[in-house]
Amino acid sequence: MECLFGFVGKDFVLTVADATSIQSILVMKNTEDKSRDLNKHVLMLYSGEPGDTVQFAEYIQRNVRFYEIKNGIELSPQAASKFTRRQLAESMRSRKPYAVNLLIAGYDVKTESGRLYWIDYLGSLVELPFAAHGYGMFFVMSLFDRYYYPQIPLDEAKVLVKKCIDELKTRFLVNMANFKVKISNKDGIQEIKLDE
Amino acid sequence: MARRYDTRTTIFSPEGRLYQVEYAMEAISQAGTALGILAKDGIVIVAEKKVTSKLLESTTTSEKVYLLNDNIICGVAGMTADANILINYARQVAQQYLLSYDEDIPVEQLVQKLCDLKQGYTQFGGLRPYGVSFIYAGYDSHHQFQLYHSDPSGNYGGWKATCIGANNASAQSLLKQDYKDEITLHEAKLLALKVLGKTMDTTTLTSDKLEFATLHLNAEGKVTYQFYKSEEIDVLIKEYEEKKVAEDDRE
Repeated sequence: MECLFGFVGKDFVLTVADATSIQSILVMKNTEDKSRDLNKHVLMLYSGEPGDTVQFAEYIQRNVRFYEIKNGIELSPQAASKFTRRQLAESMRSRKPYAVNLLIAGYDVKTESGRLYWIDYLGSLVELPFAAHGYGMFFVMSLFDRYYYPQIPLDEAKVLVKKCIDELKTRFLVNMANFKVKISNKDGIQEIKLDE
Repeated sequence: MARRYDTRTTIFSPEGRLYQVEYAMEAISQAGTALGILAKDGIVIVAEKKVTSKLLESTTTSEKVYLLNDNIICGVAGMTADANILINYARQVAQQYLLSYDEDIPVEQLVQKLCDLKQGYTQFGGLRPYGVSFIYAGYDSHHQFQLYHSDPSGNYGGWKATCIGANNASAQSLLKQDYKDEITLHEAKLLALKVLGKTMDTTTLTSDKLEFATLHLNAEGKVTYQFYKSEEIDVLIKEYEEKKVAEDDRE
């Protein structure tokens, strides 16, 4: 019942995650941040088995940081997502695999462009201009097909995100009170408010 | 008395030295020269082949300059048999990195991996250290063109121009004299020939005694390497000699 989505815009990549923490039939929390920063420009959104998600995300986060301390250079979004995919694929073939779906979004400093990678719990990885995980996918993908275009500027991107969230609030069975919206650009990762 | 400290690779002598490692470095300074020059638009690596007999078939593959990965080539001085083991290891490391991160390995990381292996022989032991020094020429998106040197102790360093093997001290001082920071790849090729021409035992440069390779960017801005055929080396030697004659005439 979780929903993650994101897309690549002009000089940035934008991600959205619902902020609802569900336990059985109860909503425990409406301010959960379902993401971890891997480095200054790359962030990872996660959904799936509670417990597995944070454990796996922080494991990747710490390993990406370790690489950077060891080698004195930052991992690109592409290298970070390839590394993450491999860790998941190896976990898949172990006795207790992680059940985690991921979106990895990052600004590539070398090519000066946003990057978005979709990874599922089976270890498939695809680079996409826009992507989504969870039931929310059925509602937002059609909106992206209609309104998304490459090099979309930030102001129009915010309008598109609002359309997506409105659609989820009207048509989706599950009540999602809050969403966390983040962007990564040349200045790094920051959370943005849609009303501004 | 000396034998007390030089039979094992890992025991310090009372003066704090590791004799086996020093012997390995000594073995390298007898070997054919290899030199590398970092230019602003590429790197050149040249190595001198020691031709032992004219009856010996020249090998079809190179014996002193090798490709380690699409973005890294290296020159070797020392025991070729030892070098083969390390080159195979380096190629594996580079492919493992490509598998993990889907990007070419950054040059310094590959150099460091090889040096970790070599260092092991100075601390954990084995029968003897690897008797080879390398010159690495590489390109990556983090630091662009880079030139490194590593020796049997596991030490490594980045250089603008360096030389290993026989007469490396005199070659090094020639490089120091003639190297300019804004040197182009073409000038670097001619400088490499000049230095080798002066330090090699033979009086004339010939392509059958040399191995020549460059690392540079192609028209699309992608890194490429070129291993020179003997005809291509001959063209360079001819150009170098004409330039030398012109310079001598002026004086």
